[in-house]
Amino acid sequence: MIELRGLWLGYGRQAVLSGVSMELTPGKVLALLGPNGCGKSTLLKTILGLQPKLGGEILVDGTPSDQITPRQLAQKVTYLAQSRNTPNISARRMVLHGRFPYLSYPRRYRKEDYEMVEKALQWADAAAFADRSMEELSGGQRQKVYLAMALAQDTETILMDEPTTFLDVAHQLEVMATARRLAGEGRAVLMVLHDLCLALRWADEIAVAAEGSLLFRGAPEEAFKSGILNRAFGVRLARVMTEGGWQYYYQ
Amino acid sequence: MKSWRTSSIHKANKALVWAALGGLAALAAVLSLCLGAVPVSLGDTLRALLGRGEGPQAQIILYARLPRTCGCLLAGMALAVAGTVIQAVLSNPMAAPNIIGVNAGAGLMVALLGAIAPTAAAFIPLAAFFGALAGVMLVLFIAERTGASKLTLILAGMAVSAIFSAGIDAVVTFVPDALLGYSDFRIGSLANLTMAKLAPAFWVILPAVALVLSLAGELDVLMLGRDVSQSLGLRVKPMRLLLLALAAALAGAAVSFCGLLGFVGLIVPHIMRRLLGEESRILILGSALGGAAMLTVCDLLGRVLFAPYELPVGIVLSFVGGPFFIFLLLKQRGGRIHD
Repeated sequence: MIELRGLWLGYGRQAVLSGVSMELTPGKVLALLGPNGCGKSTLLKTILGLQPKLGGEILVDGTPSDQITPRQLAQKVTYLAQSRNTPNISARRMVLHGRFPYLSYPRRYRKEDYEMVEKALQWADAAAFADRSMEELSGGQRQKVYLAMALAQDTETILMDEPTTFLDVAHQLEVMATARRLAGEGRAVLMVLHDLCLALRWADEIAVAAEGSLLFRGAPEEAFKSGILNRAFGVRLARVMTEGGWQYYYQ
Repeated sequence: MKSWRTSSIHKANKALVWAALGGLAALAAVLSLCLGAVPVSLGDTLRALLGRGEGPQAQIILYARLPRTCGCLLAGMALAVAGTVIQAVLSNPMAAPNIIGVNAGAGLMVALLGAIAPTAAAFIPLAAFFGALAGVMLVLFIAERTGASKLTLILAGMAVSAIFSAGIDAVVTFVPDALLGYSDFRIGSLANLTMAKLAPAFWVILPAVALVLSLAGELDVLMLGRDVSQSLGLRVKPMRLLLLALAAALAGAAVSFCGLLGFVGLIVPHIMRRLLGEESRILILGSALGGAAMLTVCDLLGRVLFAPYELPVGIVLSFVGGPFFIFLLLKQRGGRIHD
């Protein structure tokens, strides 16, 4: 499990978020919300060691993250980046890269890696285009491949940076449903989201980062009632009851 | 619409590409042995190679054409693999050993060694390696420190290349004997090669290609970008340095015996990416084979087109590679990472 204790993060000496303490609970989808530039993506990068922390501690199963190797960390935490290069390789090959942290030099993928990849492709509904080049796939199909790759990496914690950006609504909902399924397998999912309504409707928990610190962490219901989102985003949130539960909107 | 590259993923086409590449390399090698100012029949060539030939024809095959053909295959392979690695590591499709100053760096060190210690021929590949390494590290430094755009990086590399080239000229001006066959070296030529001259480079190129192949998994992950590859547990910085050092060793070894050959390391990886996709192990093998074939064919053309006069292969390559580079530059304005 990932645990943050009084974490300070930012660029250079400039802290964008300070004193962040929280646990990433297995079995839950935690949506991290906040206005542009509040440090949401930086938080993910700091947990992953892509960005040096300015202070505090990141514990991975109780061990400070600076005491474990990148490879060990990659066996604990998966990262779904917001933007990435799209090489001209097959989708199956892309998913296979998720197994990279489990191999040592000279990195020959084993039979169980290939089996895992097939399972992940099925699971993420990406098997139909597994042999096609990543370059040919639509945004929604690519995201399914990345989700399959995340599953193939088989870690307890999964960090997603705006996984729904540039996707049409149907694919956005699919990504959220997939995140729920990942959590259902006992994984901790932390996703940075921009869409408040999507987050309130689908996440188990909401965290709000604004004004230089983590202002709130709790159930969507509480987040809505506390008015914290209105304050952080400068909008007025409202909701209506529908057949499928509460639907949120803002004015 | 099904594009050329779309179909490239399919296995049947790939097998065809491999067969064509292998066939082309083999055919080029055979023709390179048989053709030239004095044509030798296939039978006589084989007899000469097996040590049963007689007369001047056998001498030509064994002491002129065999080293030359081996040199073409080796240098073509080394430069193409070096180009593939450099383009992948810098994620810049226009970066190639001759363009970003890697070849010129190697050339400068070879010239310096020739000026200071003319008898130390065995150390030429080592000197070339350090020169090439200096070139590639300088460019990496510029890329990392300034966050330069792809085009800026290429321009900076060209400036580095120009400085090293001026260094070569300066050395040769002061010590005219520093480079035997100076003009051939500047242009890039495989004439007057001997097996003895090839041997040290051979022992650098084969292990380096094998090492690069063994790091194909790392190279694949590296191409996903810094953040993603690091999140997969790859130590990005040391791996980039190691791969670029291997590319420098390859380019340096090639330069040590064939001079400042351009464009093989640019053109071949591009064609192979289109034909075979970007999976590194396949791409490296394809580039090795394609580079060997291309350089041998170009050298052969230079020899037979205006026989009995000989056009150094560097000139042939520049006539082909120059326009290709301009084409890439114009295409690059779209700004995509992968071509």
